[in-house]
Amino acid sequence: MMNEAMIRAVDVHKHFGPVEVLKGVSLEVGKGEVIAIIGPSGSGKSTFLRCLIHLETVHRGTIEIEGEKLVSTDAAGHCQYVPDAEIRRICGKMGMVFQHFNLFPHLTVLQNIIEAPMTVKGMRRDEVVPKAEALLKKVGLLEKRDSYPSRLSGGQKQRVAIARALAMEPDIMLFDEPTSALDPELTGEVLRTMRELADEHMTMVVVTHEMGFAREVASRVIFMDEGNIVESRPARELFACPEHPRTRAFLENML
Amino acid sequence: MNYVFDILPPLLQGTGVTLKVFLITLVLSVPFGLALALMRISRFKALGTLVNGYIWLMRGTPLMLQMLFIYFALPFVPVIGISLPDFPAAIVAFVLNYAAYFAEIFRAGIQSIDRGQYEGARVLGMTYAQTMRRIVLPQVIKRILPPISNETITLVKDTSLIYVLAMNDLLRAARGIVQRDFTTTPFIVAAAFYLIMTLVLTYGFQRLEKKYAVYDE
Repeated sequence: MMNEAMIRAVDVHKHFGPVEVLKGVSLEVGKGEVIAIIGPSGSGKSTFLRCLIHLETVHRGTIEIEGEKLVSTDAAGHCQYVPDAEIRRICGKMGMVFQHFNLFPHLTVLQNIIEAPMTVKGMRRDEVVPKAEALLKKVGLLEKRDSYPSRLSGGQKQRVAIARALAMEPDIMLFDEPTSALDPELTGEVLRTMRELADEHMTMVVVTHEMGFAREVASRVIFMDEGNIVESRPARELFACPEHPRTRAFLENML
Repeated sequence: MNYVFDILPPLLQGTGVTLKVFLITLVLSVPFGLALALMRISRFKALGTLVNGYIWLMRGTPLMLQMLFIYFALPFVPVIGISLPDFPAAIVAFVLNYAAYFAEIFRAGIQSIDRGQYEGARVLGMTYAQTMRRIVLPQVIKRILPPISNETITLVKDTSLIYVLAMNDLLRAARGIVQRDFTTTPFIVAAAFYLIMTLVLTYGFQRLEKKYAVYDE
């Protein structure tokens, strides 16, 4: 089902000082695909995800979102981003969920969700509130509407964060280790919400340590190590018979 | 007791001057301090260095000296030299000086906000200005209330420095009566007035802190 690419990253390079964290990563994500990116810590998987939504800048390579160039590199190796306003518009097609939620502590759950639609899109409060409430209902937290984030459990916080991202109506959702900061018994509720999103054919890129989620929900699993994509295959295949010895070693360690 | 009532009118007049200097300084130096803080942390390094130098100058010399300079020496400075009457000269000195302190408080507050807050706002499409106004500064206010409260109370008492420009603030009015009547009672009354002013401020800031206590971080 690979029609038009939602995300196209070609030969992405990134270094922090002298340390190369991405050594030429290329990835194409089709509409409705759910990509799980797995790999040891320090493999560059989170950095790559952050590059896609411009939380990090790349030093070489090309990134296109729904056919629109975010950054490109010419033959001479000059890396060029589009102007700031364009960056914001293009990255607006994506929503992102963080490991540490990054909810706004001074705003209630509802205010967290309606803030960006109102300030960024200029929507009226009475248009946004019903939408926000529908999203809260969807993630099962309507009764927490007027609570402050500090009153929520980790799993609840993450579901609010998902609702907050969805309120901007993104075409693509990026998840950066969304369950890594949660107590084990709370990961289930977050994964369930993500699975529902996948069932609705949301295009998703998920950096995760949840092998169960990768296996059952992802259409494709990508194994990264030392700044490279080592293996990229349909989930079932990769878990059943990993081709690369490094993938095999990693999976044996995880399971 | 009758004596106290007799000396009240000049002392109240002095209190009026004190309050005027206090309020005008506060209203002007807080936004100016915020602007300085934002310049100091901006990505334009030269601007940050400039503000750094400014803060060094303002915190590094006595407020009284700054006031005397603006009143007596500024008129003779080429190009920017203007002659100010006593009250505006005092206000300019106070605002320039207090903004430097407020700037440092704001900077500390802004820099204490987690990077994740900026990232969370960024991926929702918010600009830097929107992020500051809607997400960062409201949280900063909660964190900096105690040091702002400190600085504000200090300001009430610092206003007594304007006596060097021969302005009749509360303390100078009290001193005048002390020298005239050979009694220290006016000092005690003045102290009571200062205490009442700082008590009101303390109470106000406590109310504010309570208001911001509705959320934890």
